[in-house]
Amino acid sequence: MTANKFMRLFIVSITICISLLGCERDASSLREPAAAGGPLLVRALTESQYRASVHSIFGEDAPIAMRFEPGLRSEGLLAVGTSEVGLSPFSLEQYNQAAIALSDFVFNPDNPNQPCLDSAADQFDQTCAQHYLSTTGLRLFRRPLSEAQLNLYLEIAKQNFSLLGDFHTGLKYGLVGLLTAPNFLLRIEQTEIVDGVEVLDAYSRAERLAFFLTNTSPDETLLTAAANGQLSHVEGRRQQVERLLASDTLTLAVEDFFTDMLRFDRFRDISKDSGIYPAFNADVLQDAQQQTLLDIVQHLLVDEGDYRQLFNLKQTHLTRALGPIYRVPVPNRKGWSEVSFPSDSAYAGIQSHASFLALHSHPGSSSPTLRGKAIREVFLCQEVPDPPADVDFTLAEETNNHAMPTAKDRLIAHNNEPSCAGCHKIMDPPGLALEQFDGVGKFRVLENNTPIDVAGNLDGQAFETVPQFAQALSNHREIPRCLAERLYRYSVGRDVTWHERAFLDYLNQVFVDVDYRLKPLMRTIALSDSFYAIDGNHSQLSDTHPKIAEAKP
Amino acid sequence: MKSRTRRTLLKGLFHGAVVGVGLPTLNCFLDDSGKAFADTKQRLPTRFGTWVWGCGFIPEHWIPTQTGSDFDLHGHLAPVASYKDKLSILSGFDVKLDGVPNKPHITGCLGLRTGVPVPDENVKKPTLDVEIARIIGNDTRFGSIELSTSGINRSYSFRAAGAPNPSETSPLAFYQRVFGEGFQDPNNTNFVPNPTFMAQQSVLSAIKDQRADLVKTVGAEDRHRLDEYFTAIRELEQKLTLQLQPPAPVENFVKPQQPEPYTVDATMSEVIKTHKVMADLLAVALQSNQTRIFNVLLSDTASNLRKPGTTATHHTLTHEEPVDPALGYQPQVAWFAEQSMLAWKDFLDSLSSIKEGDGTLLDNCLVFAHSDCSIAKSHAVEGIPMMLAGSGGGKFKTGLHIAGKGDAASRVGLTLQQGLGVPIDRWGSLSMDTNRPLTELMA
Repeated sequence: MTANKFMRLFIVSITICISLLGCERDASSLREPAAAGGPLLVRALTESQYRASVHSIFGEDAPIAMRFEPGLRSEGLLAVGTSEVGLSPFSLEQYNQAAIALSDFVFNPDNPNQPCLDSAADQFDQTCAQHYLSTTGLRLFRRPLSEAQLNLYLEIAKQNFSLLGDFHTGLKYGLVGLLTAPNFLLRIEQTEIVDGVEVLDAYSRAERLAFFLTNTSPDETLLTAAANGQLSHVEGRRQQVERLLASDTLTLAVEDFFTDMLRFDRFRDISKDSGIYPAFNADVLQDAQQQTLLDIVQHLLVDEGDYRQLFNLKQTHLTRALGPIYRVPVPNRKGWSEVSFPSDSAYAGIQSHASFLALHSHPGSSSPTLRGKAIREVFLCQEVPDPPADVDFTLAEETNNHAMPTAKDRLIAHNNEPSCAGCHKIMDPPGLALEQFDGVGKFRVLENNTPIDVAGNLDGQAFETVPQFAQALSNHREIPRCLAERLYRYSVGRDVTWHERAFLDYLNQVFVDVDYRLKPLMRTIALSDSFYAIDGNHSQLSDTHPKIAEAKP
Repeated sequence: MKSRTRRTLLKGLFHGAVVGVGLPTLNCFLDDSGKAFADTKQRLPTRFGTWVWGCGFIPEHWIPTQTGSDFDLHGHLAPVASYKDKLSILSGFDVKLDGVPNKPHITGCLGLRTGVPVPDENVKKPTLDVEIARIIGNDTRFGSIELSTSGINRSYSFRAAGAPNPSETSPLAFYQRVFGEGFQDPNNTNFVPNPTFMAQQSVLSAIKDQRADLVKTVGAEDRHRLDEYFTAIRELEQKLTLQLQPPAPVENFVKPQQPEPYTVDATMSEVIKTHKVMADLLAVALQSNQTRIFNVLLSDTASNLRKPGTTATHHTLTHEEPVDPALGYQPQVAWFAEQSMLAWKDFLDSLSSIKEGDGTLLDNCLVFAHSDCSIAKSHAVEGIPMMLAGSGGGKFKTGLHIAGKGDAASRVGLTLQQGLGVPIDRWGSLSMDTNRPLTELMA
C-alpha cells in the first residue's frame, strides 16, 4: 500500500465516522454476543397499532367505529401481553363492525379515491378486483397474499357481486374480509429455511422492525425491502433502520412505549373525588398524560438527552388546565406552553408529574404504598410481592388518626408487623418521599396540620427533600438497566429467555457507552441479530409443520 | 295473528338458504300451563347469570338463623324478604386453598367460579358461566353479556387465562350494542331479511376456511389462541344466521329508551343508579333473546365504591376502619355491604318486572350471586356469601337456606352446572374436587 493510498483510506474512514454523526457517541465498540432468540410469536395488534395501521393505509379520515377491550399486562408491559392474550368474541364482534364501517367509507361513491372507480357497476372487473385486493392485502397482512388467499377474497367479492348485483359492493366485502382476517388482526410470525437453519422470514422481520420503530404496519418501502431480500443482511437492515429512525413516526413509537411502560391505560378506570380534588377534571386527566409524553419526546428525542435526567428535569410542558395542579403560571391560553419549574420547587422529573402521582393514589387520598410500589416496578423493574392476605392495616391508612397524623407515622406503626416489614422497607422510602404531593399531585407541606417528613434512603442514597430524592432516583443504577431491558422486551413482545442474558448485559453496556441516549439504544436493538432470532427449540411446533420437517436431517 | 302459523313464521326470504330455529314466546304458541310451546313442547329458554359484589359481608347481618325452608331474611337481606320464595341463601361454603397463596379479592372469587384456586388471575379452567354458556347459550345474538356498573372495566368471566370477557361499563354503549344497529324488533310483522347480513356471512365463512392452513404454522399454545379466534368467528356467523330469520315474537316487549350519555361515577348512590339502568336494559335483552348468559359486576372485588367527599373507598375502609367494639364490626364497611344488597334487590326487581309465560323472567333465570371473600378485613375465603335467585325455568328448588358447614364451595358450582345440563360428574381440584351436588336444590 502506498502512502497515498493509505492516506485516502484514512480520510474515507474519517468521513464515514463523521457522517455517522459522532461515531464514538452513537455506537459502542462492543460486539453482540451470539444471538439466542426466543419462540415464534402470534401477537395481537394493540389498540394504538390497529389505529395507526388503519390510518396509514386508509388515511387519517378513515373511521374506527369500535371499542377495544383492555389489554393484558405481562412483565410490566401490554406489549408482552399481546403474545399471550386471547381474542374475545366481544373483540371480534367489534373488529367486524369496524371492518364494515371502514369498508363503507372506502367504497362510499362520494369518495374520490374509491377503488376501481372506472370499473362498471354491472360487471365483475376481475383485473381491478385482483389488483385492489392484492395491493391492499399486502399492506394489511404485512406480506403478499398467497394465490389461495387472493382467490379466497376474490371469491367473496364475486359471490357478493352476484348476490347484490353491484361490482363495488361486492369488492367492498372482499375488503371487509381482509380487515376481519386473523392475518390482519394477529401478527402471525413465519419462518423460512436458510442454509438448513430455520430463521424468521423477511416479512416477519419487516413486521418486527416496523412495529418497534414506528408502532404501525410496515410501509411500502419496507415491504419492498423485505421482498428484495434486503432485510436478511446487515447493510440492508441498517438502511431501513436509519430511514425509520429519522422518520417522524419514531415519536409515535417512543410515545407508545412509554404509555405502555408508565401504565397510562389504567387512566381508563381512574376516578377522583371531585369534592376533595376539585382541580382534577377530564382535561387534567388527558393533559397530564400528554405532559409526560411531551417531556419524554423533547428530552430523549429532540434534545437527545440522558435518560436518567428524566427524573430530575425542571423543564416541562403545561396547559392552562394543568396550571392549578402545579400552581405555576401557564402563558399560553390555548395549547401547550414550555415552562420551567422554579429551582426551589419540589417538582422535578416525571415521577413528580400528575400522571404518575394521581395514577398511583386512591380516589380521595395519596398512597405512599402504591407510589413506592410503582417506583420499584415501573422505573426499577423490581417486583414487590402482594401483601399477605391477613394483615391488619387499621393503623396504616387511617387518615384522621390524631395520634399519627402523617402517613409516615402510620406506616412506621404498621411495619412493626413482621410479615409486612420486609416489603414496606422496599416500598416506603420512595413512596414517602412523594408524600408532599397529594392524591392528584398538588404540592403540600402539611398533613393533619403536621409537617410531612420526606427524608429517607433509596438503596444507599440518603435524601432529605423531594428534589434530593429525584436526584437519588436519577442516580439509581437500576434506572438505565430497567429501561434497556424493558425496551428489549417491548420490542420482541415477550419475556427474555434464559440464553438472552448475555445479550441484555451487552445492551446495558451499550446504553452506558452511548451516554444513556434512547435513539442509539433503539438502533442497537433494531440492528441486532437477537431482535430477529428465533430459538432452535421447536418442540412446541406442530409435528406436521412442513418447514420443520424439511429442516430435520 | 289468526292466519299465522309457526311454520310460516320460520320461513325466511332465502328459502332454505338459512336454516335455524326462532324462539317465539307469543302467547298463542304456549300451551295451557304457559310453560311449553304448544306444538314442540319446547320450554321457555332458561337463562343463567352471575351477579358479583365486592368485599364480602357482615355475617351477623346476613346469615339467616335457621336453615331449610323456614328461614328469616333479616338485617342486610331484609330488603329482599319479598323474594324469599325465589331465593336460596348459601352460607358457610369455603374456597379450599390447599396452600395456594390467597391473592386478596381474586383467589376466592375465581376459586369458586372455576373450582381451582389460583394465586393470580391466570385461571386454570374456564369460569362456570362459560361452561354453562356452551350448553344453553347458543342461538342468540350475543354469546354472553358482561356488565360492570362502577366504571371499572373488569370481568370475572374467563374463557381461559389471559382471556376474560370484557365488561360494558357505559349504559349508553351497552344500549347501542344491543338495541342499536342490528337489533330487530321481535314484534315487527313486516320482516324483510337484510341481504347485507348474507354478504357478511359469506365473508366469515370464507375466513373460516383458512383455519387449517393457519394452525399448521403455529405452536401448540398459539394454536389454542387461533382456535379462540375461529370460535369467535363462528359465533359471529351464528349471530348473522339469526338476523336473517324473522325474529321470534316476544310477549309484552317494549323497546327500552336510549339512556343519556354520562360519565359513570364510583360513588355508591351513582353506582346504584347506573346499576338499575343497566339491569333494566339487561332484563329486556334477556326477554328478547339477545343473550341467555350474563355476568354483572356491581362493584369490583377490591371495591372502588365510595361516599362523596371521603378519602377512603369501600375497599380501603375494609383495611383502615377500626372495628367498633360495641358492634363487633366496621360500621362504614357495613354500610357498603347493606347498599350492595339494596342493589341486589333492584336487580331482582328488574328481572321480575318482565312477565313471561305464567310467571316472570326471574323464574326462567338462575342467578348466582356471590362476593369474593367473607370478612374483607382478613380476606377470608371461608364462608363466602352466595345466593341463588330464580328456578332456571323449574330446574332448581328455591326458598332454602343451606348452611355449608365448611364444605367446599365447588359443590355449588357443580350443582349449577349439572342442573343446567353441563355433562360433568365432578368438578374442582384437590380439596375443591367434589362429586356431591347440593341435591336439595335440584328439582
